[in-house]
Amino acid sequence: MVRLLQIEFIKLLNNRASKILISSYFVLLTSIALIAAIKFDIGPVKFHLADQGIFNFPYIWHFNTFMTALFKLFLAIVIVSMMANEYSNKTIKQNLIDGLSKKEFILSKFLTVISFSLISTVFVFVVSLILGLIYSDYNEISIIFSDLEFLLAFFVKLVGFFSFCLFLGIFVKRSAFALGFLILWAILEQIVFGLLGWKVMSWDAAKRIKDFFPLESMTNLIKEPFTRLSAVQNIGQQIGENMSFDYQVYWYEFLIVLLWTSLFIYLSYALLKKRDL
Amino acid sequence: MSTILTVNNLTKKFGYLTAVKNLSFSIEKGNVYGILGPNGSGKSTTLGIILNVVNRTSGDFSWFDGQTSTHDALKKVGAIIERPNFYPYMTAIQNLKLVCKIKEVSEDKIQEKLQLVGLWERRNSKFKTYSLGMKQRLAIASALLNDPEILILDEPTNGLDPQGIHQIREIIKKIANQGTTILLASHLLDEVEKVCSHVVILRKGEKLYSGPVDEMLASHGFFELRTSDMDKLKDILDKHASFGKINQENGTLTAYLKQEMNAEALNKLLFDEGMVLSHLVKRKESLEEQFLALTKNN
Repeated sequence: MVRLLQIEFIKLLNNRASKILISSYFVLLTSIALIAAIKFDIGPVKFHLADQGIFNFPYIWHFNTFMTALFKLFLAIVIVSMMANEYSNKTIKQNLIDGLSKKEFILSKFLTVISFSLISTVFVFVVSLILGLIYSDYNEISIIFSDLEFLLAFFVKLVGFFSFCLFLGIFVKRSAFALGFLILWAILEQIVFGLLGWKVMSWDAAKRIKDFFPLESMTNLIKEPFTRLSAVQNIGQQIGENMSFDYQVYWYEFLIVLLWTSLFIYLSYALLKKRDL
Repeated sequence: MSTILTVNNLTKKFGYLTAVKNLSFSIEKGNVYGILGPNGSGKSTTLGIILNVVNRTSGDFSWFDGQTSTHDALKKVGAIIERPNFYPYMTAIQNLKLVCKIKEVSEDKIQEKLQLVGLWERRNSKFKTYSLGMKQRLAIASALLNDPEILILDEPTNGLDPQGIHQIREIIKKIANQGTTILLASHLLDEVEKVCSHVVILRKGEKLYSGPVDEMLASHGFFELRTSDMDKLKDILDKHASFGKINQENGTLTAYLKQEMNAEALNKLLFDEGMVLSHLVKRKESLEEQFLALTKNN
């Protein structure tokens, strides 16, 4: 297993483009700390975002995992191209001839996906912990380490998303087209949802089905955190809107994403096995 | 002698096209094999199948008497297929280190092999800056990293300039002299003739012959003869039981033997008949002539 990871890291870290993308990704992850610096100070109106409670434990786990997940597109580019380049350079053929089995090849890519997700999760954990310790109003250990399921959700979400990218890289074989396909797929999920709700069934039923779509199920793992902010809640109450949304992460939501992940990895393997190179 | 590769009734179909049809042959340790065949005769497909990159339609093959899985067996094989494929953004050293990791061998051999193919000075240049000849030489170095039991080369001199071709051939000869088993696919016959002891000949995916080079045609060779009275010479040979086909071309008579006869015996025979030769050579068909004879649409 270590050997497979080493193989993949030799390929990645000697490539300047992926090195730049990977490092900018981690810089962006850290940049979430910059939100703390958002401060308006215009005469009587004083607004400091860090004081609005977004860095309070345990809310910060929800907020930071939601925000940083937006940056996953950077790694998606790296993952799609690390797969598609094997085809365009025909190095996949050489790897197999040199004695890597098809199973090992897929496994080495999947292990890379796992490590990227794991490093990201640890990174977000550390950054959030530091930010929280500085700005949070509550600093009891029991509060700090509650709601940690958002970190697990973050990890599973990344693994699922990157596995989808991996599959697209193998399926389409060209990085640009694969990324285009990814965007197309995201739009397609919304169109199918729209058609279902509009023509076929009730909007409630359509919403329930939408939760099973691959990209939607990943989005669903970490729901938007904004309406949970007390400031937003207050405004909601003033205008008479009921803001009691459900922010929990449920076990079946994990299950759906994990099922998609195994399907994508299995399909990648099946595709590689079936194709003549 | 141990068997390195056995191929049994291998068949590959691409849709309606049959690229390889019921192919069987085996490769013994220590010999140098050539796979010969015109373009599109299934050479590369066959190599692709035994190297685990092309799926077979039916039949089977086994490496090293079937004791290991194909991908483990390939770690003991060195192979180059068509174009050299490496990571363009990595240097020669980085690429070879990666190959070492895949083949699970130590990295100590990198220097030795790069020196063998004359690329040690360029070891830190990126692969994409190499000329085609250099790329091909790097591929050979990479294939040799594990001191393979068998080296498989598919058209190794394709697309190279004369110097490049010469360099590659010298390297192949050097490796063959060290006793490494080699399987060389080519349509360049002189290339195969120079190094191979055994050949497998393919046409349209079918095997026409496999075995030692000199047993390819059941032939006893032929004589090239010249004398002042060619007509009389032809008469004598026509009547003789040992000779089959006789051709006259450019003042030289070519007489094919039906049974064994040495040059001395012929010389004596003709002298007894009162004929004096100005030119007498006994030859065997070159590989090219044998190949053309075999692949002729018969």
